[in-house]
Amino acid sequence: MASFKSTKIPIYPKLGEKVTPDTLYWKNYKAPVQIKEFGAVTSIDFSSLAPHNYAVTASTRIHIYGPFSTEPVKTFTRFKDTAYSGKFRSDGQLLVAGCEDSMVRLFDVSGKVALRVFKGHTKGVHVTDFTSDCYHILTGSDDYTCRLWDIPNSTELTSYKEHTDYIRCGITSKLNRDIFITGSYDHTLRMFDARVEKSVMTMDHSQPVESVLLYPSEGLLVSAGGRYVKVWDLLKGGQPLVSLKNHHKTVTCLSLSSNGQRLLSASLDRHVKIYNTTNYKVVHNFDYAASILSLALAPDDESIVVGMTNGVLSIKHRKSPEEKREMAGKQRMQPVYRIFVKGRNYVPKKDDFLVSKPVKSHLAKYDKQLKKFNISKALDTALESWRRNRKPEITVAVMKELDRRGTLKNALAGRDEQNLSQLLNFLIGNVVDPRFTPVLVTATEMILDIYQAVVGQSSVVDRQLVRLQELVEREVDYQQDLLEVLGMLDTLFAASLPRKEYTVPIVILSILPKCALVHQRW
Amino acid sequence: MVAHAEIRVVHLSGSKINFREPVITNDSRFLLCASGESVKVYSSSSEECVHDLQGHTDLVSGIVRNPSNHLQVYSCSADGTVRLWDFTDGILIKTFIIGYPIYSIYVSENHGGVVFVVVPMANDKSSELFQLVAVHLPLSGDQEVEARELSAVLCDVSPSGAASFGRKGEYIAAVKGLQLEVFFFKKQKSHRFFLKSGNKKGAKNAFTCVSCHPKEDCIATGHEDGKIRLWRNFNQKKEYTYSTLHWHHGAVNTLQFTPEGTNLLSGGIESVLVQWHYTQENQKDFLPRLGGAITHIAVSPDGSLFCTSHSDNKITIIQSCVKVSAIIQGLVKGEGVRTDLTIDPRSKALVLNGKPGHLQFYSLHRDKLLYNLDIVQQEYIHEEGLDQFEVVKAAFDTRGDWLATVEERTQKGSELEINLKLWVYDEQTQSFMLNTTVIAPHEDQITAMCFSPSPETTMLVTISFDGHFKAWLLADHSDTKEGASWSCDFVGGYHHLKPGCCCFSADGSLLAVGFQEVVTVWSPSWELLTTLSQPPGAIRDLCFGRLSCSKYLLGTSTKNQLCCWNLLTCSLEWSTPVDVSLLQADPLSENMAAFCSQSGCSDLFVFKPGEPRPLYSQKALCTGKVQRAVFAPRDQMLESCEEHAQWLNRSQLYFFTQHMDLMTFSTKTEEDRLLASSKRLMVDDSVAVTPFYLLLGKHRQHQEALTNPMAERIQLPQGSIAIKELLYTPAHVLPSASFLCSMFVRSLLISSSSASEEKEPVEEEMESEEEDSEGEAELRDARQDLGGSAAWGPGEELGAPALTKAQERELRRVKHFDHSWLSSVLEC
Repeated sequence: MASFKSTKIPIYPKLGEKVTPDTLYWKNYKAPVQIKEFGAVTSIDFSSLAPHNYAVTASTRIHIYGPFSTEPVKTFTRFKDTAYSGKFRSDGQLLVAGCEDSMVRLFDVSGKVALRVFKGHTKGVHVTDFTSDCYHILTGSDDYTCRLWDIPNSTELTSYKEHTDYIRCGITSKLNRDIFITGSYDHTLRMFDARVEKSVMTMDHSQPVESVLLYPSEGLLVSAGGRYVKVWDLLKGGQPLVSLKNHHKTVTCLSLSSNGQRLLSASLDRHVKIYNTTNYKVVHNFDYAASILSLALAPDDESIVVGMTNGVLSIKHRKSPEEKREMAGKQRMQPVYRIFVKGRNYVPKKDDFLVSKPVKSHLAKYDKQLKKFNISKALDTALESWRRNRKPEITVAVMKELDRRGTLKNALAGRDEQNLSQLLNFLIGNVVDPRFTPVLVTATEMILDIYQAVVGQSSVVDRQLVRLQELVEREVDYQQDLLEVLGMLDTLFAASLPRKEYTVPIVILSILPKCALVHQRW
Repeated sequence: MVAHAEIRVVHLSGSKINFREPVITNDSRFLLCASGESVKVYSSSSEECVHDLQGHTDLVSGIVRNPSNHLQVYSCSADGTVRLWDFTDGILIKTFIIGYPIYSIYVSENHGGVVFVVVPMANDKSSELFQLVAVHLPLSGDQEVEARELSAVLCDVSPSGAASFGRKGEYIAAVKGLQLEVFFFKKQKSHRFFLKSGNKKGAKNAFTCVSCHPKEDCIATGHEDGKIRLWRNFNQKKEYTYSTLHWHHGAVNTLQFTPEGTNLLSGGIESVLVQWHYTQENQKDFLPRLGGAITHIAVSPDGSLFCTSHSDNKITIIQSCVKVSAIIQGLVKGEGVRTDLTIDPRSKALVLNGKPGHLQFYSLHRDKLLYNLDIVQQEYIHEEGLDQFEVVKAAFDTRGDWLATVEERTQKGSELEINLKLWVYDEQTQSFMLNTTVIAPHEDQITAMCFSPSPETTMLVTISFDGHFKAWLLADHSDTKEGASWSCDFVGGYHHLKPGCCCFSADGSLLAVGFQEVVTVWSPSWELLTTLSQPPGAIRDLCFGRLSCSKYLLGTSTKNQLCCWNLLTCSLEWSTPVDVSLLQADPLSENMAAFCSQSGCSDLFVFKPGEPRPLYSQKALCTGKVQRAVFAPRDQMLESCEEHAQWLNRSQLYFFTQHMDLMTFSTKTEEDRLLASSKRLMVDDSVAVTPFYLLLGKHRQHQEALTNPMAERIQLPQGSIAIKELLYTPAHVLPSASFLCSMFVRSLLISSSSASEEKEPVEEEMESEEEDSEGEAELRDARQDLGGSAAWGPGEELGAPALTKAQERELRRVKHFDHSWLSSVLEC
């Protein structure tokens, strides 16, 4: 006596992205914490010192947040106008920021008042940075100049006026105290050496440059401008290496993951894309609510901080291993049918006589009904709303099973308005899904056959039937277009292949005749 | 033809065991069923075949217990005889010659010395009308008795299983069509009851079966529309009554009252055994999902065991309607073998589609069904007119690690559903596990598929009527969680022609696909290397040569052509005009077998592609077309020296005839070996073979042998070898000790007289050969007289009258083997 074989629910290949180690790594972040700032967040910088506070520049303030605080631990408000580019020194003691009023202020992280104010620029300063020896400051301004300042004397050391447009990004070398690179809206990137009078290298980005980034080895330079992210080989005299065009709006910010293996780019199109730095393929993608202006990663990728044009600061923290385990534990704790079976963990004693009992296999509700040949009830169970919405494959599998038994028509018949509209809703939602089409088209035909007589009696059902018709018509048009494309491709292939055999691109078109069939019935 | 006499075409068993109702013996230890031309005795506990009662020369059509002796059964056959058997020893006791083909047999306790048989009404075989006659069995000491005392009881009955004896044998009820006829023996009068034909929808009133209550005057009849009617008060013609029970939705195939009459069992196509309580008819018990449709039900005389025969050649033994205790499964042969015959490289079992949705693995060496592999994995709905999934193709890769199956379902008015499934062999569970399911791999029927034999890649090629062939590769996704799975690697076609067959070369370096008249040859990198064509006629079969003939590609076309291409020159090497219906290559040698159909008969040619003359040919192999054939590798190579039999040395050729009989070719050397092994096949059925028995039984045999003073003392050379034989043969295959003992003593007796024979070993060899042919002859017809045995020593003649044939044969075999050992010793 064989046991009842339950309905086979086919496992369909998951559409969409594949699960790779990258997706696992970058998905392993908690839900973002959101903080509202006073204006667009233009810059975020992490301190390299232990608690890894970060400075957020927005509007006329710079807030310093602790790694897990949602309230600023410190605020610098002594700006007359919009502040830009708040940057920590590598020892985390000093902070420098530019301002729209052309002054550059240097703060002690523990103090409130500016230690030094560097005056000399004539327009707003958007770029500030410390050199690697910690004694100088690099600034870039809208007056087309970039300057080096001495901190102890608060004097200007050098000024370079080579750019012909606003300087909006710049970076200093971490290995050499004299080298720095600036990017400007004149489409160029220039590398300067403080020991010489002129720029030592010029690279043409051919878009207004928004952000530059140096690799830790400083052999490669990444620049972002327009929709492009470009990588330059500095050791080969600024030769372009790759040009990436993955965003559809201006790329505003660049960042490297802590191990230097992944490059992140943020854009006004609200996406953050993560590239593999060996082959420059996009391996992951984050979506945000608004256009992104600034992006920073905490050391060890502990958190991702993103600033947006609407003034929202979004912080994502990495899930800690304990939490991960907790989650897994929670899943294991979900009630399993077997644990309800009494005395499962009872260990028999030595003298106990063991009477083995066959383990009863658990059947789903629709399977139990199918086993008893209660076909209408089984279909009702399969059409329950959560199952219909969340797992349409179960509903379709039950329909298919009923069809195989030759009783689908009986199961579909005899339904009232509410039931029928439920059924039609399901069909409208899934009939054009290529995975379900073969089964659902049969079901649709049967429903039309059965309920032909009552068409026009219920406005709800009629509306749904019209919707279904429109859907099918649209699908037929779409399939026709696809066939046309396929025909064009065939011609191209035939022209390009010198040999007699041909290969066919695998396009699933099997649902076309089905749809056409339904179409004829209207 | 005379030269080929040693190669015989023999029936392989695996015949139907569900043809007629089985019989359970009084002690419930054995189950007897008709199986082709013999009666098989199975042990009801171990499912093992204990005896094969051979003697009938035509289909056995019925078995009943002898009511006067519970150790005997009657069997009847279409050869016109009723035979009385002792089933415990497997001895034929008597043969009654009736003279007409018999279609069923009934007996009753109250009619001693009479059997009731169904014979054709007119004396010619073609008659469609049958009558039930009573045969008085004459009391006579002879082995063969003519029973001519026939008296007609009922005329116009159905030929099978539609009659039953009533309470105390007072009446017999028979049904046919819309009529129930009850014959009362006392009054010698019959009453007939008619039902309306039932024109209403769904109501088909025709009778299908009948069973009489053993204690009360009640007749239960089953009907086409699934109703069961209980007839009472039927000794009046007018005032009879009946009540109706209805549960079955298909026809009731069989009905049976339990011996005490408390329950009524019924079965039909639903494959549910329904137990109706006789007094409370609304109460019933069910035993669902037993297998195929139930065709017969039998109950043991004490009511403790039921057994049901099923349409899928299966007998299920059920303990008191709650538990299935044993299943005897024969080879399932449906209307056709849709999957080709294949050999599982691991178990060397023959694989073909069996039960609906299953593949069966049938061991050819042990003649036993090993297991069924569920391919479709769907609940089988037992209902007529449903389109079910069927397994249509199966293929193994060369090592047996992968199995590919194709199942399809055609439904009226909708698309063909095809699934391709790939199964991986799991070492732990020792069975195949589903790895990948490809839904709709092609848009039309898959006509052929084959695995690439090359050891580097695991590749499957499927070809379909949609004009494409697809190559499937095993892709390893070790970086993600899911393991290795299959995916499509290449889709190819040729001028929109429909491909019909495909074949890989032995090393996997070439793939040949036959597109109607054109054969295309592809390289592993999917380049079209060359096309070969030999119109007219579409290519039917393609086969690459093997080993030394691997440069040849053979093809057969529908227009009576057998072509052989040389792949080095890409030209036709030779072609002959024969209508080859089937071409098979032996995987272990260069040989090819071609079955040709000619004027309603099939011929066989075995040839090597490189040689002009066939190795072996046999005309008129069987009537009709040969459906399927396969070369099965032997587990042991034969050392046949005859030239024309050498092609059978490495592998054996099996084939299915038009009537779905599995046949094979057998040679003399092989039959010798079979005889030797059959000696060891005797199983002591009285003790169930348990692991405990295996251990202890062996131990006991050892002890017996050791404590036997005779064996210890006698130092005769053949005696010691016999003891060795006894010791080294596994205990569970040895016959019972009492049986062995007498034989053992006998063998010793003869050995003393064999001293004279020792001098002439050559002569002795000749004798043994003669004996062999006799043995063969005996297998074919056990009724042959015992003239041959006269040549043997007087020691045997003395004991002869008391011995049965089987024992005699056994003894002779033992004797023969003793001699051969002796001669071998002498040669040393």
